[in-house]
Amino acid sequence: MSDKVKVMIDGTEVSVPADFTVLQAAQIAGIDIPTLCYHPDLRTTGNCRVCIVEIEGMPLFQPSCAFKVYSNMKVRTNTPELRKARKMIVELIVSRHNTDCLKCDSNLNCELQNLTDKMNIRDVRFEIQPDFEHPMDNSNIVQRDPSKCVNCGRCIRMCNEIQTVNALEWTGRGYHKMAMTTMEKPLAETACISCGQCINVCPVGALTERDDTEIAWSFIDDPEIHTVVQTAPAIRAGLGEACGLEQGHLSAGKMFAAIKKVGFDKAMDTDFTADLTILEEGTEFLGRVTRAVKDGATDVAFPMFTSCSPGWINFMETFYPELLPNLSTCKSPQQMFGPLAKTYYAEKAGIDPSKIRVVSMMPCTAKKLECARPEMNASGYQDVDVVLTTREFAKMIKTANIDFDKLAEIKPDDPMGISTGAADIFANTGGVMEAALRTVYELVTGDPLTLNFTPVRGLKGIKEADITIEKTAPGYEFLKGVTVKVAVASSTGLARKLLDAVKAGDKTYHFVEIMCCPGGCIGGGGQAKPTSWEIKAKRAAAIYREDESRELRKSHESPAVAQIYKEFLGKPNSHKAHELLHTHYKSKSHLAK
Amino acid sequence: MKFNTKILSTDNVLLKNIGSIDPLKIDDYIAAGGYEALKKAVKMDRKEIIDVVSDSGLRGRGGANFPTGRKWLFTYNANADQKYLIINADEGEPGTIKDRILMEGDPHQIIEGMVIAAYAIGATKGFIYIRGEYSDSIKTMNAAIKQATEKGMLGKNILNSGFDFEMSVAMGGGAYVCGEETALIDSMEGKRGEPRLKPPYPPVEGLFGKPTIVNNVETIVNVPHIIAKGGEWFRSLGASCSPGTKLFMLSGDVNEPGIVETPVDLSFEEVINKFGKGVTGGKVKFAQIGGSSGNIFTPEMLKKVWTYERCCEFKVSYGTGSIFVCNEERSIVDHLLTVAEFFEHESCGKCTPCREGTHRVREIMEKFAYGEGTVSDLELLKELCHVMKRSPICGLGQACINPVLDAIEHYKNEILAN
Repeated sequence: MSDKVKVMIDGTEVSVPADFTVLQAAQIAGIDIPTLCYHPDLRTTGNCRVCIVEIEGMPLFQPSCAFKVYSNMKVRTNTPELRKARKMIVELIVSRHNTDCLKCDSNLNCELQNLTDKMNIRDVRFEIQPDFEHPMDNSNIVQRDPSKCVNCGRCIRMCNEIQTVNALEWTGRGYHKMAMTTMEKPLAETACISCGQCINVCPVGALTERDDTEIAWSFIDDPEIHTVVQTAPAIRAGLGEACGLEQGHLSAGKMFAAIKKVGFDKAMDTDFTADLTILEEGTEFLGRVTRAVKDGATDVAFPMFTSCSPGWINFMETFYPELLPNLSTCKSPQQMFGPLAKTYYAEKAGIDPSKIRVVSMMPCTAKKLECARPEMNASGYQDVDVVLTTREFAKMIKTANIDFDKLAEIKPDDPMGISTGAADIFANTGGVMEAALRTVYELVTGDPLTLNFTPVRGLKGIKEADITIEKTAPGYEFLKGVTVKVAVASSTGLARKLLDAVKAGDKTYHFVEIMCCPGGCIGGGGQAKPTSWEIKAKRAAAIYREDESRELRKSHESPAVAQIYKEFLGKPNSHKAHELLHTHYKSKSHLAK
Repeated sequence: MKFNTKILSTDNVLLKNIGSIDPLKIDDYIAAGGYEALKKAVKMDRKEIIDVVSDSGLRGRGGANFPTGRKWLFTYNANADQKYLIINADEGEPGTIKDRILMEGDPHQIIEGMVIAAYAIGATKGFIYIRGEYSDSIKTMNAAIKQATEKGMLGKNILNSGFDFEMSVAMGGGAYVCGEETALIDSMEGKRGEPRLKPPYPPVEGLFGKPTIVNNVETIVNVPHIIAKGGEWFRSLGASCSPGTKLFMLSGDVNEPGIVETPVDLSFEEVINKFGKGVTGGKVKFAQIGGSSGNIFTPEMLKKVWTYERCCEFKVSYGTGSIFVCNEERSIVDHLLTVAEFFEHESCGKCTPCREGTHRVREIMEKFAYGEGTVSDLELLKELCHVMKRSPICGLGQACINPVLDAIEHYKNEILAN
């Protein structure tokens, strides 16, 4: 705890910690200073100058986002000079912006609109000069419209400093300085991993995901087509928010109702294949451990990395191709769901798989790229036909004239709608690890673990845990006394740190969970905007509440999982399971150059 | 020396050796009394050196006029495993050539000042950041560093003092903004040359996060003289609040362009007439003092002695000391457009008011230059300039509108008549 200092802001005295910025102190004082380049999750750069304030004794205005408080500081945020300056600065920003608001993805959810509203800007006294020189970049899932960019640099800080991908950079100087793709290449030719984190921090509509809602509508509108929807675990903690409800709203029941109401035929759940993933991935991990410990094999790749997060897969394929053998061969839950819908479900329901379209509701932009990978056709068709983000799904709900808040909650459809709490927590960083531990530990020791495996919880940082196997179930005696080292990290920046430590030999792990997006899927690149750690914490808490509310909280207890192995797949890692549920990876290291 | 800038003053201190010694021979410098101050300094207490410099009243000569001794004290007091000294020779201000003359004419004077400063603040590594276009300066400084190292004035255990200091040349890429000390530091770190948010200031957190003193070339060459002759001698030169001599550079409509070293005890009109032999083409209309962002001085203002105190009172600055003289045939609008084009080109683009503002100032000035400017354009320009004065991150954006605001104040009718 730092000492407190007294600060006077617009005549209101507040006592705040000495390491606070003026902006933070103003918030305590109930004064809402406008900002643009500032984002609570990113390094402060103070370059937009929208948040300037007057500090007594200083001739220059200071950026409140960066300027620290000091004892007896006197701040004014509402003087004639400041109002004029702030208004002109916003006018200058608008004068470089393509004010195409009516047709913009961010219309009504735009920080620049909020600013012009707040400044009461009715006229821009400078000629509007957006960047039309650089064309719209729609080469990738993440799409970029340079004419809307306001040069706040939040996307660059996210891409370079948090994700360490460096697909975006500054180019030019002065009036020609622009946030741009690296070397001004189309994004598809950069190292972009399609995580969509840049979209999440873009204050305007300069960065968006490819809009696929029309494809989904065309499936709905075609009477020949049978649509099956799967919903990712994290959607239920983000959809309500995207539909205008409070942050951290738990929306599972309304979400399934909305799917039906919008017009899809079946509302099923990726949670089902999340449980299945635990069985497949857990078995794969035990297989690796058995080969190493029991058979003494020296060529087993450790640590084994989870493979649920397609942005993380892109990152590995681009930056660490030498570690691809360490990735679990399990497809992500989305890509396990696809082929099962077009085989298992098609058979059960007696529907021609060529008439089935699998639509995914995902918190994720990289999933759009994942479903189009050429190898993702184990069913004989493209396994997942279209992926919509939380935001896109919310727009469909709006278009369909649905008052989301008034929807009566329903349960998902059988058979691929039944799941456990272990599947819910896939949404949070550490959740896959916790779900896996719940199952694998019980399998190996015969003892149910404490359900809430808290050392791997928490949104930030690299989390580590050692699990020593004290007693063993029959068949696993060779593991007695063995200590399994696990680690969890989210964001590819932290993943890079962890991978470099592993490569350097500084760290040894057996099983590592990585999620591409900071905080895991609840902070996914397709989730509701705005996003911050504070908002993510509310979503994560909602997910843990959902888990707690479940009767079944371990994946191997799912009756639906037991049923599919019995009726269709045989056993985990069976030949059929391998054909449908496992995959392979290939290096994309040329993109990192 | 290959440049043909004339030294117009006699009885010089900082320019004393220029032209009279061979800059590539350290022995010439030593024969002229060079490195005696360093010998004296390494026997002094470090704090005592800072006290002498503080006592002399020396202020930074890069334009900001910050007291040099006080700046050094920040770094002296900072607790760090590494401290740096950087000499800013990114001389990019149009009409300014003093750093180049000092580097190419008397490089050891700079090195001597640097070693003394480094010793005082406890820096073991130093750099002279020279703009890339100054290839001869870079060559001369490199040669001088080599000789000084061979003579034991640089390197390990300098003059048996136990003090180690090594220095090298850092090359700028030619960006004007890199003359701003934090942009200079970022550029040295391999980043885009853009100013940092302050605080923290470089004396506390500078190059690679370490305490760093950035001094102008002209500032550092004063140091050996102050150490050798004392603060009292320094204060005896010039007005009490602006001690020492200052280098001024005359260009534009002046009969004898060149460089002048003089105490600040005479008016700019006297400088123009006494050293520059008067204005060409008749009478002076205005002079811009201190570079592109310098103030526009009317003939009446040029008649006054601009001590530091008077500058503070009237909120003007003579910046780097360049005096660009314009006679009555010159158009204020054309002059402002040239200046506006310069700043539009040199703005780094980091902050909104400078990135967008320099562009809009140029646009509006262009309208006036084409005879299309209106009263409301001038009002908008004025409002924009007032915003730019207080909002940008660094001095470039804050100061680049000085000549525009001055011109609007003194030459409004001419602008509107254009």
